[in-house]
Amino acid sequence: MTPVVQLQDIHKIYATGEVQVHAVRGISLDIQKGEFIAIMGASGSGKSTLMNTLGCLDRPTSGRYLLDDIDVSDLDRNERADIRNQKLGFVFQGFNLLARTSALENVELPMLYAPRRISAQEMRERAMHALGIVGLADRHDHLPNQLSGGQQQRVAIARALVNQPQILLADEPTGNLDSKTSIEVMGVFQKLNDEGITIVMVTHELDIAHYCKRNLIVRDGVVVRDELVKDRLVSAQELMKLQQAEIVAKLTHARQ
Amino acid sequence: MRPVATTIIALRALRRNKMRSVLTALGMIIGVGAVIAMVSIGNGAKSQVEGAIASLGQNIVSVFPGSFSTGGARGGWGSANTLTPEDALAIQREISGVVAVSPETRNRSQVLANGLNWNTTIYGESPDFPSIRSWDVSEGTMFTDADVRSASKVAVIGQTIADQIFPGSSPIGQTLRIRNIPFKVIGILATKGFNYFGTDQDDAVIVPYTSSMRRLFRRTTLSTILIQAATKDQMFRIQQETTDLLQQRRAGRDPDFTVRNQLELAEAATSTTRTMTALLGAIAGVSLIVGGIGIMNIMLVSVTERTREIGIRLAIGAHDRDIRLQFLLEAMVLSLMGGTLGILLGIISSQLVSAINGWPVLVSTTAVIVAFLFSGAVGIIFGFYPAHKAAQLDPIEALRFE
Repeated sequence: MTPVVQLQDIHKIYATGEVQVHAVRGISLDIQKGEFIAIMGASGSGKSTLMNTLGCLDRPTSGRYLLDDIDVSDLDRNERADIRNQKLGFVFQGFNLLARTSALENVELPMLYAPRRISAQEMRERAMHALGIVGLADRHDHLPNQLSGGQQQRVAIARALVNQPQILLADEPTGNLDSKTSIEVMGVFQKLNDEGITIVMVTHELDIAHYCKRNLIVRDGVVVRDELVKDRLVSAQELMKLQQAEIVAKLTHARQ
Repeated sequence: MRPVATTIIALRALRRNKMRSVLTALGMIIGVGAVIAMVSIGNGAKSQVEGAIASLGQNIVSVFPGSFSTGGARGGWGSANTLTPEDALAIQREISGVVAVSPETRNRSQVLANGLNWNTTIYGESPDFPSIRSWDVSEGTMFTDADVRSASKVAVIGQTIADQIFPGSSPIGQTLRIRNIPFKVIGILATKGFNYFGTDQDDAVIVPYTSSMRRLFRRTTLSTILIQAATKDQMFRIQQETTDLLQQRRAGRDPDFTVRNQLELAEAATSTTRTMTALLGAIAGVSLIVGGIGIMNIMLVSVTERTREIGIRLAIGAHDRDIRLQFLLEAMVLSLMGGTLGILLGIISSQLVSAINGWPVLVSTTAVIVAFLFSGAVGIIFGFYPAHKAAQLDPIEALRFE
């Protein structure tokens, strides 16, 4: 089976004024369908640039990027926009939902930019379905500021899913969440991955990376480590442990 | 390009910011409202002046005597006393397109009847007078050509004379003494009211011009010759031909008359109000421009403020054209909404001005349509730059924007 993503010797050089920044120095990478990858690295390591390249937000300076067997490395701005719309789903650290816009309308947004026109009814049905997957169907009319951080991130995931993308790209999806909510959100990702969705996320939290199946560590623009996660964490179990710990804490507290 | 989807997106974006949308449109509302109100008030004034001019008669060309000079003293217009009834007859005979001619004399005199007296103007006229001045005889009849030939002692009086001299009884058939000569009242003119210059037009007694010249005032010349043209567009030709004819009749002498045409008078009178309307409209137009700049200002601020939103849209698949169209549509919806509300505001406020001040107002359809189209154009013109700016954003930069 051909990989969903094939990166071949990707370089990215930013020319800001006189200084040239060589952010990515030859990364080659294959991602198979159904993988769940965490990209880790310090700031300035080139992981964001790698992510932007994977997300077709940016073009590599050199190298080839095959997404779903299509060479996307030299598509123009609008062609890349269509690729992002149809083949990629984005989840951001800051959720990036439209303010004062209901969860449902937020999830409908990618369909409004679909190359083929989608009827209002189909949009609504698909958006409700996506919200159902992340368990927020009953909150579809809530505005972002009426939702908790975890719920907002789940709406963002529903939005990323609504056009049935090849890959879900998440940039520090738990960066703005507390540890318990982070585990919940990772649970959503694990569930989606179990259903066969390919996920690539950037994180700098080691424990969050342990929920993934494969970890890449990037340093100075190259992949320095690429390994499968051995003792993978499972969200449901971790939540259970947390719950028990809480009960124990309460009991101890009550005795004193 | 996805026009339907983008329209939905633009409308949703405006709905998200109701307060800002209303405030942005406010400039347009006031601008368009001001234009509509000013033009309506100006048009009302113009139509009132035109009405006043029309009450002087239809398609009138008038001949006035020139100035008379003696020993270096110049008498001013009308002092020459050179127009004769023969001139009037010649005009009627020789110039085509003339419907009616009235040789006119004007003298002030006291009239008496029933032991009451009143000082008024005695007009000597031809039987064409009511037609020329569009002034019907409401009771009784006008005198005839036969009365003119025989210089009959008959009079048609204005409503003011009827009220002052014959209160409470019908003046028809009664005797009115002018300069002690008894005239029989045969008709009453319809009420005409005050003219543009504030003169009571009903304060008049009309007699055959021959009677005025021979019996009452012993004059040989006319005060004016009124000529009625068949149609408006013949007036300038008739004016020219009358000038030529009268000049020819005064072979070798300096011209001692002037020929005026009613259009010139109407032109002079309406040009003032037209200038006023244009001036008011221009001032109001400035507020339209200001409204447009207000929209551009808010749209520019909005592009900066919504950088992240634009980034999200670009990231999930919007083309630059979609973003441009969205912001352009937002600007257009704002300005057209402002334009529509402004038209309503303009109509309401001009009606209000009319009700409070009693000024006539005339809401012109042209002004409404022009204002509406103009507000749409303002939306496009002032919305284009912000929309273009939004469309040029880089998705990565925009998403990183704080």
